[in-house]
Amino acid sequence: MLPGVAQIEFTQHLPTLFPHLRGGPLPLEASTVAELVAALDRLAPGVAFYVCDERGRLRRHVNIFVDGELLVDRQHLSDPLEPDTRVFIAQALSGG
Amino acid sequence: MNDTLYIGTRKGTFIAERGPNGYQLRLAGHAGTSVNYVARDPHTGHVWAALGFGHWGAKLSRSEDGGATWADASQIKYPQDARYLAPPDPGTEDDAEPSRFTVRPATLLKLWVLGFGPGGRVYVGTIPGGLFVSENGGESFELNRPLWDHESRGGDLTDVRRNEDIGDRKTHWFGTPASEGGEFAAGIHSIDVDAKDPNRLRVAISTAGVLESRDGGKTWAGRNQGMTNDYLPDPHTEWGHDAHFVQSCPGQPQHVWQQNHCGVFYSADGSASWTKVSAPEQGVHFGFPIAVDDEDGRTAWVVPGISDQQRMAIGGGLFVARTEDGGQSWQQLRAGLPQDSAYDVIYRHALAVRGRRVAFGSTTGNLFVSEDRGDSFVAVAHHLPPIYSVRFG
Repeated sequence: MLPGVAQIEFTQHLPTLFPHLRGGPLPLEASTVAELVAALDRLAPGVAFYVCDERGRLRRHVNIFVDGELLVDRQHLSDPLEPDTRVFIAQALSGG
Repeated sequence: MNDTLYIGTRKGTFIAERGPNGYQLRLAGHAGTSVNYVARDPHTGHVWAALGFGHWGAKLSRSEDGGATWADASQIKYPQDARYLAPPDPGTEDDAEPSRFTVRPATLLKLWVLGFGPGGRVYVGTIPGGLFVSENGGESFELNRPLWDHESRGGDLTDVRRNEDIGDRKTHWFGTPASEGGEFAAGIHSIDVDAKDPNRLRVAISTAGVLESRDGGKTWAGRNQGMTNDYLPDPHTEWGHDAHFVQSCPGQPQHVWQQNHCGVFYSADGSASWTKVSAPEQGVHFGFPIAVDDEDGRTAWVVPGISDQQRMAIGGGLFVARTEDGGQSWQQLRAGLPQDSAYDVIYRHALAVRGRRVAFGSTTGNLFVSEDRGDSFVAVAHHLPPIYSVRFG
């Protein structure tokens, strides 16, 4: 599948740490969530290691929503993206 | 530079600068983030902070301007083939083989401590039990394989991909749930670089004990002779000791001190053998930090707590204990410290000595400094977040 352009948004915390990500939804070419995170890391070097661990797994206290649905494959982030899919990266609510 | 104190707290990095009117304290960075350890590399002047984001993982941060501005440093990442043996997890719900070790892929759980050597060497100690080394001032880090593959933790596990491959391998490195954050895996919290021979270094692990290298990290050997514990069937076992912090004397590196879960231990032979020098009648037994005099290897400071179930100041009164004779006698130092309703706990990295100055910070956000080797203290702050580390610049 040719990569479409997905729209990615973030919890407020990430743009605070990575000012490149400020300013609302970003359009990024990707056909899977893993590709999207890789594209994101090219835009804001280092951010992928905030979202995933060194084995590429989604961090335990991070969630990714694909068109409002929770990511299925937390190990490899292989969930496919359609053009104009909206992806949201969020801190899991795991605190008080 | 010992007019500067770097302070790691649960809510950011603070810097205290001594001026004509005492210490000026400021939040220097990482607001809201857990900072396990902050220290200045005396060889490069860079200031390093070991961060623990609750959501985003453990990250190294570095300042090249004394703490005015910070940026993410080269990050610590375990190689893809780095695996470790984990003891049976008390919290596991998998009871198929409840008594077996399991092999786990290593991912970074916590950055716990940094150490520095000449020539741009930077060391980072982590949970799960990794020593990462940079030879270029921190531009890049590599896992120290000889320690990672040490026989005390089952040897080289490169080909051990599944639990069925473990065979009779076992690890003597265990986790401690007391590590802040509760990561239940072994962790390196002490990196002691010999001030006169930088190829000689020691690490201490909760829970395994002390290991030493005399060849810059190429080979490692256990240094737990004389250690005793009171929570294992064999109190004299080679491994399984819960060192809380280990430090040698810069001026006399053969003198090495260890605050352990089971007492204070002292070595006058470069950690080849240890002697228990606790003095329970003086309250000196349990605690987390220990600091050694710059010049005199027989002089050290501890901040005792009630052992070990309570972990509070003894009797509601806070004191520092100092020995000047290799632990044969201890003096309680209470001047300037709260003696009523004080419940401060001082973590392993939160006591520092430089020259005549002694500084320490507590989990209740108190920061105390002495200008006279601990004979008297002044409170610099009362309302900091819980303090994890205090180091002189």
